[in-house]
Amino acid sequence: MLKTKEVEFNYDNQMFFKFQNIDLNSNENLLIIGESGVGKTTLMHLLAGLLKSNSGSIKLFDKELNQMSSYQLDSFRKNNIGIVFQRPHFVNSLTVKENLQLAQYIANKNDNTRIESILKNLNIFEKSNKKTNQLSQGEKQRVSIALAIVNSPKLILADEPTSSLDDNNCSKVIKLLKKQATDFGAQLIVITHDSRLKKHFKKSIEL
Amino acid sequence: MNIFKLSIKNIFNKPLSSSISLALLVLGVGIISLLLQLNTLIKDQMDNNLRGIDMVVGAKGSPLQLILSSVYHIDSPTGNISLAEAETISNNRMVGSSIKILYGDNYKGFRIVGAEKKFIELYKGVIKEGKDWDNPYEVLVGSKVYEKLKINLGDELISSHGLRETGQSHDEGTFKVVGLLKPSNSVIDQLIITSPQSVWDIHETHDHDENENEHEHEHENEHDNREITAMLIKFKSPMNIIQFPRQINENTNLQAAVPSYEISRLFKLFGFGIETLSYLAYLIIIVSGFSLFINLFNSMRERKYEMALIRTLGASRFQLSTMIIFESLVLTISGFILGLLFSRFGVMFVSSLMEESINYNLNSLKILNEEYWLLGLSVLIGVVSSLIPAIQVYKMNISKILADA
Repeated sequence: MLKTKEVEFNYDNQMFFKFQNIDLNSNENLLIIGESGVGKTTLMHLLAGLLKSNSGSIKLFDKELNQMSSYQLDSFRKNNIGIVFQRPHFVNSLTVKENLQLAQYIANKNDNTRIESILKNLNIFEKSNKKTNQLSQGEKQRVSIALAIVNSPKLILADEPTSSLDDNNCSKVIKLLKKQATDFGAQLIVITHDSRLKKHFKKSIEL
Repeated sequence: MNIFKLSIKNIFNKPLSSSISLALLVLGVGIISLLLQLNTLIKDQMDNNLRGIDMVVGAKGSPLQLILSSVYHIDSPTGNISLAEAETISNNRMVGSSIKILYGDNYKGFRIVGAEKKFIELYKGVIKEGKDWDNPYEVLVGSKVYEKLKINLGDELISSHGLRETGQSHDEGTFKVVGLLKPSNSVIDQLIITSPQSVWDIHETHDHDENENEHEHEHENEHDNREITAMLIKFKSPMNIIQFPRQINENTNLQAAVPSYEISRLFKLFGFGIETLSYLAYLIIIVSGFSLFINLFNSMRERKYEMALIRTLGASRFQLSTMIIFESLVLTISGFILGLLFSRFGVMFVSSLMEESINYNLNSLKILNEEYWLLGLSVLIGVVSSLIPAIQVYKMNISKILADA
């Protein structure tokens, strides 16, 4: 389902990254682990179609990302990929529910029952009508997971979801992510430097 | 949820900076629209009362004063002229028709005009109740006069001398209301009209007060020495307007004034003030554009993660840029609408002031062509001030923003 080959990327000829090949089957989750500065975020952006590699090939769900235009990438992303960021970002003028509705609108969807079921599943249904800046850190993280899965993506990409959490919360969040992925039928790729996560994944690669 | 709703939510999320740009735009649009409305309404009103009057003949003095007094009934007359002289002019072959009018008295500040019956026809006056006058001392009352003073058919009005309320009362000057006129949206709405004979009669029997400065009435009994205040003239051919007034001004001791010329002169004087004020208002609109630009620009920086998020959710660059332009347009278009409302309230306020002092009513609130231009200008300001922020958003490097987070 994901196959990368000889992917290379450089920022303004100054930083150069060469990534090892990845081969991931359907129904598999993946942990990508690496120290700071090895290009973890760059790799994640390449996989999400936010960046284009200079050479090599990234084949995701049988589509070659390097051959798509920026517009096609936007469209591919909204139909296939959900992203959980290290620091949660929201549209601050909107409530929790409206943020999810916006995500659905962008993907040409409109399904309030799905929003409700996701929020209930994540135990934040009672925060539906709160502005996002009124939430606690833990609630924000769960809302950002909700945002990533609201459009039923086939792949969830999570960038350092646990780096700032203590052991207890770290294992809670990663279990939550895995559960959400399973519940909604998506595969999960976590990119992190947090070695505590190794035990939660059968398959992992080190950058 | 859609992009449009999101724009509106974003505006309400920043009430302070949004309302500053909005207030500036409302002020700018409001002032320009108010000036346009007042200018047009006053001009319409002036033109409306000008119909069928090519020239006015009266006593020597300021031509503008002659026009304002005998066409618009808002200034003191320049004096009186002899009836005989007026007749000579009205018999001239260039004159198509002429109407003699004369002043003398007022009733509670409203002027009593002695005039030939043609005067009422000139303004298309129609009697709503009662009848035309047949005898001296019978009057027709204009709509604003009877509405304001609550005058009914058959009432008796005791007039005061001169054109101001404070004039001395005539014991003999008791007029009987025989007819009420329908509103005609012209000067006759604010006049009390009677036969010329009534005015002559009243001033013959009345002991003249020498201190009276409004009018100099002569008190001869011979008919030949009777006087009128002014004569409204329509020419047979429009060509005469060039030659005839000059003849009168040079060869007689009367004054001839051309209303259309005097009014356009008056508007030129007004115009200077109006122009200055509207430049100021345009400046305010431009400043509102800048403030809008700065707001959007700053909010772009504050909201860059938000923008990046929306992009990662799959929105295209174009959708995001549209959102920025929407935000700006929602503000400028609502600024335009509020500006028009502001100007309408302004017009109502000014017209209520003017009605007190000169008995003119300016209430008509149609949208002028120039105001459609103003809408265009508001939209343009909205687009231009959001263009740079929109382009920035379009070119935004989401990967870089997210990596810096």
